[in-house]
Amino acid sequence: MTEHQTMSANAGPGLADYNFAYLDEQTKRMIRRAILKAIAVPGYQVPFGSREMPVPYGWGTGGIQITASLIGPNDTFKCIDQGADDTTNAVSIRHFFAKVGGVATTEHTGDATIIQSRHRIPEKPLVEGQIMVFQVPQPEPLRNLEARETETRAMHAYEEYGLQYVRLYENISTFGRIAATAGYPVMVDDRYVMSPSPIPKFDNPKLHNSPALHLFGAGREKRIYAVPPFTKVESLGFEDYPFEVQTWDEVCGLCGAKHTYMDEVVLDDDNNRMFVCSDSDYCADRRAQGHRGPHAGHELTEIAEDVSKNQEVMA
Amino acid sequence: MAYVAVKGGERAITNAHNLLAEDRRGDQSIPEIEADQVREQLSLAVDRVMAEGSCYDRDLAALAVKQSRGDIGEAIFLLRAYRTTLARFGVSEAINTRQMRVERRVSAAFKDIPGGQVLGPTFDYTHRLLDFQLMANGETPLERTEQADELLPEQVPNIEDVFAHEDLLEHETAAANENETVPFDLTREPMSFPADRDQRLQSLARGDEGFLLSLAYSTQRGWGGTHPLCGEIRLGEVDVEFIPEELGFPITIGQIMVTECQMISNSRTIGEEPPRYARGYGLTFGHNERKTMSMAIVDRALKNRPAEGEKPEFAAHDEEFVLYHCDNVEASGFVQHLKLPHYVDFQASLQFVRKQREEWAERQAAKEAAE
Repeated sequence: MTEHQTMSANAGPGLADYNFAYLDEQTKRMIRRAILKAIAVPGYQVPFGSREMPVPYGWGTGGIQITASLIGPNDTFKCIDQGADDTTNAVSIRHFFAKVGGVATTEHTGDATIIQSRHRIPEKPLVEGQIMVFQVPQPEPLRNLEARETETRAMHAYEEYGLQYVRLYENISTFGRIAATAGYPVMVDDRYVMSPSPIPKFDNPKLHNSPALHLFGAGREKRIYAVPPFTKVESLGFEDYPFEVQTWDEVCGLCGAKHTYMDEVVLDDDNNRMFVCSDSDYCADRRAQGHRGPHAGHELTEIAEDVSKNQEVMA
Repeated sequence: MAYVAVKGGERAITNAHNLLAEDRRGDQSIPEIEADQVREQLSLAVDRVMAEGSCYDRDLAALAVKQSRGDIGEAIFLLRAYRTTLARFGVSEAINTRQMRVERRVSAAFKDIPGGQVLGPTFDYTHRLLDFQLMANGETPLERTEQADELLPEQVPNIEDVFAHEDLLEHETAAANENETVPFDLTREPMSFPADRDQRLQSLARGDEGFLLSLAYSTQRGWGGTHPLCGEIRLGEVDVEFIPEELGFPITIGQIMVTECQMISNSRTIGEEPPRYARGYGLTFGHNERKTMSMAIVDRALKNRPAEGEKPEFAAHDEEFVLYHCDNVEASGFVQHLKLPHYVDFQASLQFVRKQREEWAERQAAKEAAE
């Protein structure tokens, strides 16, 4: 990349003074250094000089900074929230990069080089060369066990994870099972306990030996961490109470899938529900291949298609 | 029940922005407020936005207040997001508040002190009665402020000088590392603990007024009391000096209005030193007395660092608690992010609770069958 990339021609009005992808090149360099360190020490939280962004803390500032420091004019960017491309904040972030970088955007997991996400990993298996960027509200997996950063840093340094296992054991004695359902802690490369961000534990196995690079950015807490490609990622558990993922009795109302993570849609005030794939692109793909669920043709599919049309107009 | 409300999309966002702009403008038969009116007539809102926005620019702060419809937290956020894009060309020399052109200066420690008590523009002794004239005429005739017979001294010694003869005040050190010429900058580096004084003071100076006010108040009510006394509070303009590399000597690049407060608190003896008063320091851009006094009290409270291995007893003594939570842009963003969809993690949690309920129902049924 050149020292000072300027805004592309289709940048919005009033943004002409900002650098390509918003951050200045020195800041991008600082973030890339943090990313490199994070990749070198898988699962370790690297403090970095997180900048104040034009979106609020808690709304993806960490992910946006990682994406901004990596994205180039040849990248194709996908942004999802809750697995869907059409949720407001995902639309807003995608719009931001289209505006300040003029980069190509997509909803198709397979076409994307960088996928920024909040709370999900796409259903379609990622491939070598793809980068997942997670928005992380709380990078510290031990924070609910120990409030102090000075303490938790020491616990990681000494690999002192007894407290974490005691918490899991207490869960089992209280509830009969491990209570964590999203943000389920993982052990990375047999060394660091890491929060996978609040993805459902359903997605945890996708991190293990993934050919893609997974980067985690916490803007407000000023931490970056990573799971490099082909790294061992193990969800915590016990021999007699092993880690398990969620399953549904229902199938996706739109595409009939049974093996995906589901959103529950409240249809009326009579307790009628429909379950649909949380990954909207994956679901649309299946419908395009001819799969049909019990609610096929529901207005929800029209909305999704309507949004795709809008996206094309915008790009 | 419409699902459209949950799935937002581009169009919803655009429409929401348009509606927001309409609401900001309000009734169009009423003239639009100008940013310079905000700057001149809502000057204390502007001052607070500059202080917590860490950016001394009255015009931009006024614009932020206007654009945010008077939501001060939002205005601070706007100014911060602008500030972060500015190029840095260096660090100024430390300002010298002894050379402040004082507009207001009071001390609660002595009846009179060198330089005198100067009341200045303050709400302190106003009676808080709504002035309906301000509403009726729009304009209130100003009574001429009487001119003093003698000019204020050019340099008003500060409370430190008053105590210096007896060496009664604890000595302040500039930074833990004296060789460090560039102060810690929270907007460039992440917070680290234990925090040095520069990091602490920067954090407090940017910190939320309401949060610091309540913390300071909590110490006064016995939650970690330090018996503060307002040694001095002063308001006025100071010069900002900068040494350009090509010159090698300081030049004045501008004047800024600041509020400074020195809180004196109960004496303490450190090691073999004679007993001295401890103190807390507060400094903000603009006229922000409530904030500056709170900052000074909290700074003092944070000097009660617990011994190695011990935990602080009170919130105001707890460095990690105070510094991690005093920033209102961080706090506001994170609290309000709860508005974002959480249905993936909520679905995960629902499954868990439903499973628990199923098992509970099974247990109940078994119990009833046994009876």
